[in-house]
Amino acid sequence: MAVQVRGEILDVRRAGAYHVLSLTAPGISENVKPGHFLTLGIGGEESSMLLRRAFAIHRVQSRGVYGGTLDIVVGVHGKGTKWLVDRRRHDPIDIVGPLGRPFVLPKEPVSTVLVGGGYGSAPLFMLAEQMRERGCRVDVILGAATEEKLYGALELKRLASTLTITTDDGSLGQRGRVTDVLGSLMQANDTAVVYACGPMPMLQRVAEIASDHQAYSQCAVEEAMACGIGVCMTCVLPVIGEDGVTRMLRACTEGPVFRGDRVRWSDVGTIPPDTLGAPTAGGH
Amino acid sequence: MTRALIKGPVADAALPEVDMSTSLGGLALPAPILTASGCAASGRELDQFFDLTSIGAIVTKSIMLNPRSGRATPRMAETPSGMLNSIGLQGPGIDRFIEHDLAWLEERGARVIVSIAGGTVDEYGKLAARLRTVRSVAAIEVNISCPNVEDRGQVFACRAGSASDVVHAVRRHSDPRMPLFAKLSPDVTDIVEITDAVVRAGATGVSVINTVLGMVIDTDTMRPHLAGVTGGLSGPAIRPVAVRCIWQIRQAFPSLPIIGMGGVRSGKDALEFVLAGANAVSVGTAVFHDPSAPSRIQIELQRALGARGFRRFADAVGFAHRPADLPREEDPDEFDFISE
Repeated sequence: MAVQVRGEILDVRRAGAYHVLSLTAPGISENVKPGHFLTLGIGGEESSMLLRRAFAIHRVQSRGVYGGTLDIVVGVHGKGTKWLVDRRRHDPIDIVGPLGRPFVLPKEPVSTVLVGGGYGSAPLFMLAEQMRERGCRVDVILGAATEEKLYGALELKRLASTLTITTDDGSLGQRGRVTDVLGSLMQANDTAVVYACGPMPMLQRVAEIASDHQAYSQCAVEEAMACGIGVCMTCVLPVIGEDGVTRMLRACTEGPVFRGDRVRWSDVGTIPPDTLGAPTAGGH
Repeated sequence: MTRALIKGPVADAALPEVDMSTSLGGLALPAPILTASGCAASGRELDQFFDLTSIGAIVTKSIMLNPRSGRATPRMAETPSGMLNSIGLQGPGIDRFIEHDLAWLEERGARVIVSIAGGTVDEYGKLAARLRTVRSVAAIEVNISCPNVEDRGQVFACRAGSASDVVHAVRRHSDPRMPLFAKLSPDVTDIVEITDAVVRAGATGVSVINTVLGMVIDTDTMRPHLAGVTGGLSGPAIRPVAVRCIWQIRQAFPSLPIIGMGGVRSGKDALEFVLAGANAVSVGTAVFHDPSAPSRIQIELQRALGARGFRRFADAVGFAHRPADLPREEDPDEFDFISE
């Protein structure tokens, strides 16, 4: 269950191309699982920016001087995220969380690969820790356009069995995409589950590669949201249900983590004609 | 020690005593704040943020006869003090809605106003007939003004004749005592004329306003931002349009039940609607910004009424229409205008 709390900014620090924000979030941080997200009210009570901004929960500390605190990783994309990283220590912030369906963890100590694109690595830290606690092998692949847009390589190296880095421009690690190295890594380590967070095209390719290797994939999607709590119906994508029927599911409440083989990646942004309730000729 | 506090509609001894009950043409509600259709789904998601039974009623997202996928994404764009949406009435269809959503709301003890939408006059009639068998429906809001339909001909609310046909069909298939509210579009030349038509066709009252048809072009892709091209503008950006519509309708129909909505985000905003003539106020887009907004706004409205000397919510309805020469401060027992 999610709660709405008035938290406080504890710290805003640069991390390459991103900012890491630490917040007090009493009542939220205690209940976070890897893959959960939160939303923040932007611009204060009289804000002209009405839509909350959603962020994957990066790290939590449920106890300490400030009670429950948590971290998020913010990439500045527009006015809202700019406002956010300009906050100062002790500024109030309206937080709703934890939201969404988290990653499903394996019951057995199987071999796993975690794939993060850009700051999509943020929710993988907690996941890696919990997976290691379960005795899972955890290979991590991080990728980004440039070295600056990688997040958390140093710390993930400590948490992971192995860390592979790719950059589009070759500024760090292997030149290329995360999906260039995923297949061979899975082959070498007999991977049973792939966990991924990043842009849609990356998730699509990860899900395909996982299926090719008879492995499960758990993909955390990033869709534009207005409410984050399941009432506005803006963040939908076509997903095949257990009954074989495609429905437009909300990334905020039925996701953000989906089984990779259930999402109709090529049809994201459209209503496939065989979707439940799809428009007949002429549209709606 | 943390200064952060859990926010919520906490019981507050300082709340002034104001009778918040309201009457909407046969529908008596203990409080005047409602959720706005399309901004609360079927209530369940909001129950974790505030007690659904504490506000006047839940107005559910417009339901159609059959399951509907809605439109492709992007479905939404943030605009100054507002948002543009083009969802396309995604929903499970009336049967599943009754079995799943209405059943839950009934069990939860919430008062429910069901919003219905159809592609044809016949479909509205069928929806009304289907709802006739359900006990837990307190009122029906007839959404004749959703702009998210590709065929502009489907915007029944834009012409008096088609608006009247729909309301007539719903009235004919509903329990004669069922309160019916026609939800009107502000995108008309004369909203009073449309109101007149729906009232003659059997509407108990009107809900004003639905979203204002708008459009955003993405200057990077240099194409329309929404997959549906145009969308409905909501939020505080349209609030003065809503106040004007409520004002005009109240002026023409002194006793018509009016549910006001359009950009309300605070108790003062709600008060503005009430003073213009609204008997109840729906909170919509504000929920996206603050999921506990309906209950917060209801408390703020009670405070605002109390601060102005009102003992009864009903006394404030249409109060801005009083003659200009009516004494304001000469009668402090009656009107105690305390600034906040």
